[in-house]
Amino acid sequence: MYNDGIVNVSNNPENKTSVAKANAGVFSSSEDLSIVCKRLRRDIVTMIAKAGSGHPGGSLSAVEIVVTLYWKVLHHKPVDPAWPGRDRFILSKGHAAPVLYAALAECGYFPKAELDTLRKIDSRLQGHADRTATPGVEMSSGSLGQGLSFAVGSALAGRLDKAPWRVYALLSDGECDEGQTWEAAMSASMFKLDNLTAIVDNNGIQLSGFNKDIMNVDPLTKKFDSFGWHVIEIDGHDLKQVLNAINQAKTIKGKPAAIIAHTVKGKGVSFMENNVDFHGKAPNAEQLEQALKELA
Amino acid sequence: MPEEVAPREVFGKTLVELGKENPDIVVLDADLSPSTMTKYFKEAYPERFIEVGIAEANMIGIAAGLAANGKIPFASTFAVFATSRCFDQIRVSVAQSKLNVKIVSTHSGLSVGEDGASHQALEDLALICSLPNFTVIVPADGVETAQVIRAVAAHNGPCYIRLIRGKSPVVFDDNYKFQIGKAALMRQGNDATIMAISTMVAPALEATNALASEGIKCRVLNMSTLKPIDVDAILKAAKETGGIVTAEEHQEHGGLGNTVARVLAEQYPTPMELVAVKDKFGMSGKPAELLERYGLTAKDIAAAVKKVIKRKV
Repeated sequence: MYNDGIVNVSNNPENKTSVAKANAGVFSSSEDLSIVCKRLRRDIVTMIAKAGSGHPGGSLSAVEIVVTLYWKVLHHKPVDPAWPGRDRFILSKGHAAPVLYAALAECGYFPKAELDTLRKIDSRLQGHADRTATPGVEMSSGSLGQGLSFAVGSALAGRLDKAPWRVYALLSDGECDEGQTWEAAMSASMFKLDNLTAIVDNNGIQLSGFNKDIMNVDPLTKKFDSFGWHVIEIDGHDLKQVLNAINQAKTIKGKPAAIIAHTVKGKGVSFMENNVDFHGKAPNAEQLEQALKELA
Repeated sequence: MPEEVAPREVFGKTLVELGKENPDIVVLDADLSPSTMTKYFKEAYPERFIEVGIAEANMIGIAAGLAANGKIPFASTFAVFATSRCFDQIRVSVAQSKLNVKIVSTHSGLSVGEDGASHQALEDLALICSLPNFTVIVPADGVETAQVIRAVAAHNGPCYIRLIRGKSPVVFDDNYKFQIGKAALMRQGNDATIMAISTMVAPALEATNALASEGIKCRVLNMSTLKPIDVDAILKAAKETGGIVTAEEHQEHGGLGNTVARVLAEQYPTPMELVAVKDKFGMSGKPAELLERYGLTAKDIAAAVKKVIKRKV
């Protein structure tokens, strides 16, 4: 399934070897994704506990989205992170770096043991996503609101090159407070970027409370719609819905697509779910044990 | 009177030449292309011109995304909007990310004139010089501007180029060869050194001519690359002339004067005078009136030279 649409070659049989060559090393896996998701959740809580700080809530809420992308959607080569033909995944919510690191490690971008170095001095796994430090990270983020602009620039570059790859940006709902997100949203539809899909991890909680109490970003669907986007609303923990939405987004022509994924902050760990305290707090040893039990 | 050329006009035309030579050159503007002169590129290569509207933060983010995918984006707007308006985007998406984005600002300094304080960038150099990975260049005239634009297009890394609104007297002849990080010796002399940028280079030369008639021989250096600063030229000037005057259309905080002072304080303490804006915002007025009001004329430079010579030990 990863062999379609990667490189622009004709059906001439002479090109078959070049197709095979171009596709060598493209990630593929047949593992049950719900098992992968559970494993990633264990990695997330473990690495954050070992680091002693980090953001479990917004990492756990994005697991199904990130797993669907890396396992079922993106054309990417862990052995060649800068492969020009790769689809671009832009993590705009940079504090959710642990979910990205867990996925990248699983795919083979770097050894899984390295997850233990998260947030430690000289680690390649910085506290917030850093493109200069980690293989496979497209964008340095952490200052919210910048990712959709970066994604627009990437999509424009792809279009200028008539490249077949697509751009996916994962946004938090909290960062939709930032005006830049809407500057970017306006421009993406103005530029008719149908090679761009934004996914909003709509977990309803920002750092200091529920969105509806801090700054109400709803209705996100109407907002993106009125900014000229094709909008798809889904349950962001239903793997089938996530995949279907992304596949539907690919078929939309002449405008970008936004997937508003309703999620639960801290998903998978009972005491973290919908708990604002675990936006940016590491579990202690006892809490980690409990979390791992629930995620077994 | 020397010939006068608008550096932004040269910038706009040089971009068109570069666009012809290199298909990876793309240009972004925030609703100011008729003023920044990116309009020429827009006319020549509309498919590679990206109009973002009045949204500088988005412009910088888009430029970063383009650069991350092999393009060489030139993002242009007025200096007041090119830095402070989108500083966080420049900091994270460009500087920390080490991306090959070229930010070219126009309408810097007091010489913007009548538009007043909100439009007179006097702190942009302080902001941008504080960011690791940035190369910062302030060309003195049209001749240098053409070479600077070509040099930064060929240089891999974040660059900030500061241009003005008006015309500049041509101070370089066609034999001039700009090099990133190298000061240009404009006049030889050993009594004191004037280090100037942009609109202050011509007044520095004028001051030098006036001082020569009084028997004072000044060295004049055009310090167009503010970062990385030419440490060797600064130390040489300090050792050989014993007194330094810096001149810039910028706050005295964080610009040329501060940069030179840092080098000297650490390596070769030398008496210095800063001709710069003294912690004040600008105001409306004719450019020449403003430069006089804020103490940025050839006369002010000459007075500073005399003062620094008195302080020499």
